[in-house]
Amino acid sequence: MTEPLLNVRNLKLDIPVASGTLHAVRGIDFDLKRGETLCIVGESGSGKSLTSLALMGLLGKRIVRKADQMTFDGTELTTMSAKELRKLRGGRMSMIFQEPMTSLNPAYTIGDQLMEALLLHKPVGREAARARAIELLEKVGITAAESRLGQYPHQLSGGLRQRVMIAMALMCGPELIIADEPTTALDVTIQAQILRLLVDLIREMNMAMILITHDLGVVARVADKVAVMYAGELVETGPAADIFAKPCHPYTRGLLRCIPLPGKTERGSELGTIPGIVPSLVGEVSGCVFRTRCDYAADACRNAIPRHTEGAHTFRCIHPDGMRHAEEVPA
Amino acid sequence: MLQFILKRLMLAAIVALTVSFISFSLMFLSGDPAAALAGETASGEDIEAIRTLYGFDRPMLVQYWEWLGSALTGDLGQSYYFKLPVASLIADRLGVTMTLGLCGITFALLTAVPLGVAAAIRPNSFIDRLSLFMSVAGQAMPSFWFGLILIVVFSIKFGMLPPSGASTWKHFIMPTIVLGYYAMPAIMRLTRAGMLDVLSSDYIRTARAKGASEVRVLFKHGLRNAIIPVVSLAAVQMGFMLGGSIVVESIFALHGAGFLAWESIGRNDLPTVQALILVFAMFYIVFTFLADVLNAWLDPRMRSS
Amino acid sequence: MTDMNANDPLLQEVSGPSPRQILFRRVVTHNGLMFGLVVVALLALVAIFAPLLAPHDPYSQNLLMRMKPPVFLGGTWEYPLGTDHLGRDYLSRLIYGARVSLMIGAIAALISGLIGTALGVSAGYFGGRVDAAVTFLINVRLALPVVLVALAVVAVMGGSLEIVIMVLGLLLWDRFAVVMRSSTLQIRRREYVAAAQAIGASTPRVILSEIMPNIVNNLIVVVTLEMAHAILLEAALSFLGVGVQPPTPSWGLMVSEGKKMMLFDAWLVLIPGAVLFVLVLAINLMGDGLRDVTAPENRS
Repeated sequence: MTEPLLNVRNLKLDIPVASGTLHAVRGIDFDLKRGETLCIVGESGSGKSLTSLALMGLLGKRIVRKADQMTFDGTELTTMSAKELRKLRGGRMSMIFQEPMTSLNPAYTIGDQLMEALLLHKPVGREAARARAIELLEKVGITAAESRLGQYPHQLSGGLRQRVMIAMALMCGPELIIADEPTTALDVTIQAQILRLLVDLIREMNMAMILITHDLGVVARVADKVAVMYAGELVETGPAADIFAKPCHPYTRGLLRCIPLPGKTERGSELGTIPGIVPSLVGEVSGCVFRTRCDYAADACRNAIPRHTEGAHTFRCIHPDGMRHAEEVPA
Repeated sequence: MLQFILKRLMLAAIVALTVSFISFSLMFLSGDPAAALAGETASGEDIEAIRTLYGFDRPMLVQYWEWLGSALTGDLGQSYYFKLPVASLIADRLGVTMTLGLCGITFALLTAVPLGVAAAIRPNSFIDRLSLFMSVAGQAMPSFWFGLILIVVFSIKFGMLPPSGASTWKHFIMPTIVLGYYAMPAIMRLTRAGMLDVLSSDYIRTARAKGASEVRVLFKHGLRNAIIPVVSLAAVQMGFMLGGSIVVESIFALHGAGFLAWESIGRNDLPTVQALILVFAMFYIVFTFLADVLNAWLDPRMRSS
Repeated sequence: MTDMNANDPLLQEVSGPSPRQILFRRVVTHNGLMFGLVVVALLALVAIFAPLLAPHDPYSQNLLMRMKPPVFLGGTWEYPLGTDHLGRDYLSRLIYGARVSLMIGAIAALISGLIGTALGVSAGYFGGRVDAAVTFLINVRLALPVVLVALAVVAVMGGSLEIVIMVLGLLLWDRFAVVMRSSTLQIRRREYVAAAQAIGASTPRVILSEIMPNIVNNLIVVVTLEMAHAILLEAALSFLGVGVQPPTPSWGLMVSEGKKMMLFDAWLVLIPGAVLFVLVLAINLMGDGLRDVTAPENRS
């Protein structure tokens, strides 16, 4: 078995707030091989964006990051110097953000910003950087690439800007791409195009990708692996096929019931909802965090929750069989 | 862009016209300019003679029209006191005031921008508190008092700097500090706020994600955007400074346009005062116009539209 | 499920203090605001009770007692802060000077506040041509050099207290207009304003009962800042000899009179200037502090 490209063990993120410490992410594990796509799924506020920023070392100064292990191609990221980390960022791992409208610097041309990504890491001249920029703009489907180089971000639409962001992330030919809800801010018609583009490029260049999303429809189409996050914990992880075929955690099941899936959701049937609100994560958090919204909650949910593993499929719940036969349990 | 400039130029012209009318009508505030000019001891006949001599007996609008017409050709009237053309009088003195204003704004920018940037990089740090303290204290400091303290310390106590005059560069050090200090708080606050705002923006995160060094992130990506509003503030402050030079010039006996204004007020030399108000206002209008154009040029979003 | 959640620690909300308590705590823990409030209150009391507090008549000259140094420079307690070149008690003149400064500051800020608020609110509320006209007026006002125009007007019309107040009041409305205009613009788009208009409230009523209460915070902040501005300008005018006329005890005038003897007796300049600095600093800190504690984004 080959060494995973990315290996994260027991990652914790704490944010000091006025009323104590907010435990935003509490001990999550995952790994990723070259060429694989991992989708991290969850509601807003579940800590999925923070997790991706933690990988890139882009967290705000106030956030405390702890991890037993966080390796990229065998090198530990937590003990890396700022300078080494900077070489990695944008070079071997790059990120695509959620907000294409504001993620490009308004003061510089598209060309300047694209070329900067390459010039920061590779000992190439401006001409070579320019050629690479044009090549990638064409690759992300931008016409008249050469003339776009002199344009400013405000002259481009949101969809075009996100294409530019993708091209920028690819400038150095990275091994890992982290895409944080790259299509959420775009028009629905553009969303599918951008996603298709991203997935095709990942396959073509044999890169690994972490795709952060709350859209299970997207997950179903692109993921090799799925990690379901709820209130700062990974409640269920596993191969995409397993997760969709036999979701075990009540939250995963709840999520799947909320979206219509072609072939799975019957015409005319009602879509589900998950009632209740996400609990506050300030102070000590113990037991299962989903218990306040779970239909199957019991007193035991307040205690430590066992982890069940079946091959690569893992989930944490007091019900050892998971919810595979849950349909028979009265809600 | 061209359309923006033309529109802005129109506004500047109308403002200038209004300002010229206001500075002209100041002479009529006293009720009777002829009486004011003649002085308290003058007889009724003297006043009447002055009235016809200077044309005060005609309707005010006619007088304004004439005054404006000659002002546009560079004739700002005759000084009552010097019996010389006001325009050449002011032109002689303007060099000192412009030097002072340029030194002042340079001093203010060179101190306030670095402090504002440093404060924004580390909010609540010592340097942030220090710059906040300086800006609060600076706003409360009466400039005439600050100038006198500097004279007491550096001229009287240590004898390092000359207290008055304008013959060497040393004469300009204390006036520059006093005048520049006045503009510092505003520039510092705006730089700090702008930097804080920019540093929390998404494109700064993008620059970091690219692997740009911290210095590059702060200056190439951060300051470049945060400095745009500071440029126009500096121009506005420069305009205010020229107007405020009257206090500084009177303290340090710098014989510039501000000093001329102070003297002329004491001498009841209304045409000179009127012309000076007009000149200072014109400088303000020109500076703010240039600032807006520069601003638009620095911001690609406005440049291309 | 409901029963179980009733005492689940995950869902326990800590009951917090009331908004009033929060505001009070914010005020007393804000050092700048507290300093400003205390100093301004003290100086206001000094100004009000000046006749009771002043040890001497601020106008009575005693040429035999000229230029006595203050206590800390070897003087006597008879004249705690010494005497000036006409033998007048410096402390008493300072105390009466507080009256002049605070009165000019307060009344000038009131006048300019009325003008600026009226202009700013109507510009923000009506928009269109009214807004264009007000913006134009603000531009014209900003182009006029304040010190010079004030000097010229005072010189032409004479330097009485009333004229200084009027001139400053008529010149310092620009910031009121700018701030009130933008505050009104923000509030105007809110739903409750549209709701009030929809139920047929008259324009003055909408402005007074829907707009004003929501921008009064900003107004108070500008009032303090402009009051400080007016006090500084009066001092500068008086220093230049075209503001309040002698023998009225104005701090700016005291600095100007002391200037002639600055070479040997720097305290004549230092003391009135320092008091002026402290008052203006206190008012500014009060204004900044008020903005901090009442800023809408700080409100829960």
